[in-house]
Amino acid sequence: MAFNYFDTNLDDLHEALQSGKVTAEQLTKDTFANIAATDADLQAFIRLHEEEALAQARDIDEKGDFSNPLAGIPMAMKDNIATNGLETTGASHILEGFKPVYDAAVTTKLNEAGAVVVGKANMDEFAMGGSTETSYYKKTKNAWDYTKVPGGSSGGSAAAVAAGQVPYALGSDTGGSIRQPAAFNGIVGMKPTYGRVSRFGLFAMASSLDQIGPLTRTVKDNALVMNAIAGFDKRDSTSAELEVPDFTAKLGESIKGMKIAVPEEYFQEGIATEVATQVKAAIAQLEAMGAQVDQVSLPHTQYGVAAYYVLMASEASSNLQRYDGIRYGFRSPEAKSLEEVYKDTRTDGFGDEVKRRIMLGTYSLSAGAYDAFFKKAAQVRTLIIDDFNKVFENYDLIVGPTTPTQPYGIGEEIDDPKAMYLGDVLTIPVNLAGLPGLSINAGFNGGMPIGLQMIGKPFDEATIYQAAYAFEQENRFFEQHPAVAD
Amino acid sequence: MATSISKEEVAHVADLAKLSFSDQELEHFTGQLQEIVALCEKMAEVDTEGVKPTFSVTANVNHLREDVAEDWHQKKALLEQAPEEAADLIKVPAILNGED
Repeated sequence: MAFNYFDTNLDDLHEALQSGKVTAEQLTKDTFANIAATDADLQAFIRLHEEEALAQARDIDEKGDFSNPLAGIPMAMKDNIATNGLETTGASHILEGFKPVYDAAVTTKLNEAGAVVVGKANMDEFAMGGSTETSYYKKTKNAWDYTKVPGGSSGGSAAAVAAGQVPYALGSDTGGSIRQPAAFNGIVGMKPTYGRVSRFGLFAMASSLDQIGPLTRTVKDNALVMNAIAGFDKRDSTSAELEVPDFTAKLGESIKGMKIAVPEEYFQEGIATEVATQVKAAIAQLEAMGAQVDQVSLPHTQYGVAAYYVLMASEASSNLQRYDGIRYGFRSPEAKSLEEVYKDTRTDGFGDEVKRRIMLGTYSLSAGAYDAFFKKAAQVRTLIIDDFNKVFENYDLIVGPTTPTQPYGIGEEIDDPKAMYLGDVLTIPVNLAGLPGLSINAGFNGGMPIGLQMIGKPFDEATIYQAAYAFEQENRFFEQHPAVAD
Repeated sequence: MATSISKEEVAHVADLAKLSFSDQELEHFTGQLQEIVALCEKMAEVDTEGVKPTFSVTANVNHLREDVAEDWHQKKALLEQAPEEAADLIKVPAILNGED
């Protein structure tokens, strides 16, 4: 194909479109041809919107305005972000056939930028899972090894970018669902500050935690997509009424003197040796580049998973009440009474992981358990936030591993929910505190990538990008790519 | 203090959540939920005496707007998404048992 996303970043594509070296239509056609050649194995997409994407591309070519950095460039949308008139299911049976009647805020913004949505990336059902194996539709493979999971829940988004099917994708992150699959696929994934990106049109899982963010091959690409999707939106009441900076502004600035904190708890039991070794080497590199690195403590880290699963499940059990078979999506054909419509639809329409979380949440909110579970978890959340606040009084950035292990085999953890939940131990606290967090490839072990996580102060994504860019330029790991069909 | 969750409680919770399980599924879910509940009970170790709970991290108070209805002109599109419709309304089975 004419354009290879392994060797071209968004700037290159933008330049090629603007100078007329390629048309949006040709780029889009090439993208679909490449997806057709690779996705039978990778399984990153639930569905493609080829006709609509080509129409959009032709429209952009006709207008001829490529001034926006994303104009005419194809991308993948996670299947829980609404696209008007185009089936969007959250990878759930219960929404099979559902066509949203409006665009998500990020969809509108990307449409206005001239982006071309090629299709819906696979994910864990309703973003519940860490391996994309709970999808009702298919099992996505890790771009580096098809016997391994791509991570989740934004596993389709991450695999599609890592395998060069699209230059960027959007995902959502409630407890690590952008950063963990980015780490597992060796790419860059940003969970912005809570409130930075509007969630209007995102299928809600846990509303006090959910954020939308970009997955890309490089740091600059990531910042460019953030420039397009961030900003206040009156339709999301948690949306922050703050000016959006240029996220690329600090790229290339030295990190000399930057104060970086490394939490000792992020290297304790449960963290695989090869992950710890690689991440420590990455941190030593940041220090060699002039950053001031100190060890700190985030003492409540170990309670994050418990607090998260109670709060997330409680919010999710409430949010998912809307799926009742009445107004849209799947309705059980056997149901004879209204009660049966609810029960049969939900019983047949939801997968096991979604049911587990609805059950845990309903239990946590029930009269007998409320104080010991829901309220306790909300108090532990406060202590986790206080831990972060103390560290950020003296530091610019917190750095550590993104995940405790490297990608595991498909089918290995799916029947052990507890093990799967503990895999989120290093990403969850960031959501609980509403902070921005990014994962970038820190290098390889056994041919598989290892993620380095960078956590910033609220609304200071720019400093994260600055440090991530400096690290990326020193190593250029993005020049390595998985052996997929060329 | 371990409040092990019983199969009966799980059945009750399932009913509240409008989910049904076979007896075998109920066994399976009870086992898994017991493990998860035990994991969550780890929080009991933390002294939270006097700690204010956090339910949201947004600094926003409330975005108030004029109480004016906006017409999104979507009635037809919305009705098309309903599993069953009749006479411009969403059709559902009888609410009272025995009626048709």
